[in-house]
Amino acid sequence: MEPLTNKKKVLAQKPLTFAERMYLPAIAKGLTITMSHFFKKQATIRYPEEEREFSTNFRGMHSLKRDEEGRERCTACGLCALSCPAEAITMIAAERKPEEKAIYREEKYAAVYEINMLRCIFCGLCEEACPKEAIYLDGPIVPADYLRKDFIYGKDKLVEAPLEQK
Amino acid sequence: MEIAFVIEKFVLVAIIFGISLVIAMYSTYAERKVAAFLQDRLGPDRAGPFGILQPLADGLKMFMKEEIVPTNSSKWLFMVGPGLAMLTACIGTAVIPWGSPIAIGDRIIPLQVTDINVGVLYIFGVVSLGVYGVMIGGWASNNKYSLLSAIRAASQNISYEIAMGLSVIALLLVTNSMSLKEIVEQQHGWHWNVLYQPLGFIIFIVCSFAETNRAPFDLPECETELIGGYHTEYSSMKLGFYLFAEYINMFVSSAVMATLYWGGYNYPGMDWVLTQVGPTIAPVIGVIVLFAKIFAFIFFFMWVRWTIPRFRYDQLMHLGWKMLIPLAIANVIITGLVIAYFEKF
Repeated sequence: MEPLTNKKKVLAQKPLTFAERMYLPAIAKGLTITMSHFFKKQATIRYPEEEREFSTNFRGMHSLKRDEEGRERCTACGLCALSCPAEAITMIAAERKPEEKAIYREEKYAAVYEINMLRCIFCGLCEEACPKEAIYLDGPIVPADYLRKDFIYGKDKLVEAPLEQK
Repeated sequence: MEIAFVIEKFVLVAIIFGISLVIAMYSTYAERKVAAFLQDRLGPDRAGPFGILQPLADGLKMFMKEEIVPTNSSKWLFMVGPGLAMLTACIGTAVIPWGSPIAIGDRIIPLQVTDINVGVLYIFGVVSLGVYGVMIGGWASNNKYSLLSAIRAASQNISYEIAMGLSVIALLLVTNSMSLKEIVEQQHGWHWNVLYQPLGFIIFIVCSFAETNRAPFDLPECETELIGGYHTEYSSMKLGFYLFAEYINMFVSSAVMATLYWGGYNYPGMDWVLTQVGPTIAPVIGVIVLFAKIFAFIFFFMWVRWTIPRFRYDQLMHLGWKMLIPLAIANVIITGLVIAYFEKF
């Protein structure tokens, strides 16, 4: 029968030659290989002190964006929470008062916006779902912590700094 | 016995004991560093600069850990096992000549604890006693698997001791002496035994790997096949003693290899240094040379460990009994014939 592909490779188990049965040449070869690695550049990055450079499309910690006037973009529509496959996002919406016009962009805003970083899988679907371009996963790696409750990030950690502070 | 002699020996023993413990301690650090470098990593670097305090941290951890003695174990023997392993590892250093006699003032002090005329036999006796540590440890644990591993380890050690002994017999034919001191002095300058006994040296070094339970012959402590090996039931510093004894053994066998085959404290141009610099400094250089050789061997032990995969047990026995022993016997016969030829004609 004609073979479907020409990838087939016939293996023959030849008896070992005398040099191969001696072990020592093979051992010497192995030793030279490991020795060459001794002088190679180490791949280790000393993490807390040094940080690895990420690719431009790396998805890190979330941030809630502000518009050009410094108002929060999020209108608490809930699409991000809906699109989240890990159900990591919870929010409570509230209505804007007249004196808060400079803080929130539209009539509705998120009074509470929480992301559970232990549940988040950094898939980026919230980013895609957001119609207001309010959430981006452009931050660094989420830092380690000791308590589970400290991984629930509220608006204090998520909303980016006001314009004048930047 | 004069009092100066006693003090001199006491100081020497204390120094050698201290040195071998420190070297064993830092071998654990060096092992991790060498392993890391051979695998393109950095290794321990958190405790102190370059991680040099790592052995202290490891030791502290070992002492702080909970100590568990199995309920139905033989408690006394359970404690004796690791101690015996340490003891037999440590006393091997007694007959190794660390340098040519050093002259301090009028006194000439030999840098060797004792020069017994059966030094090689002493080393072999001590090394074979090391099996007791393993065997008692495995037996006292009251654990079938530990006992099986202990038997395995013991039979490995005994098997390779035969080939090791035979390779040394060929060496003794050449040197005509069993005193390590004399063997070293015969190798003065460039007459290192490895040049006369290359095959014997290869057999010897392979057997040393097996005797010290180092990779590729580290079957006594294979995690995957036999849970942990003969020391499965050991915890905290008792386990630490077993592991530590392995490193001391490595140091001692490196020293023995350097002494028997690689000229000990001899180095080319020794006489010139002795006449030019004087009888106090020259032996010190010799000691440094010997330690350089020992460190090279320790590095070699580690280098091999991180290169060659572990043997299967039947392969190990095959290599020991069917390859190394016949080779060693052939080496003895050839050496004997060559010596007989040169003495007759």
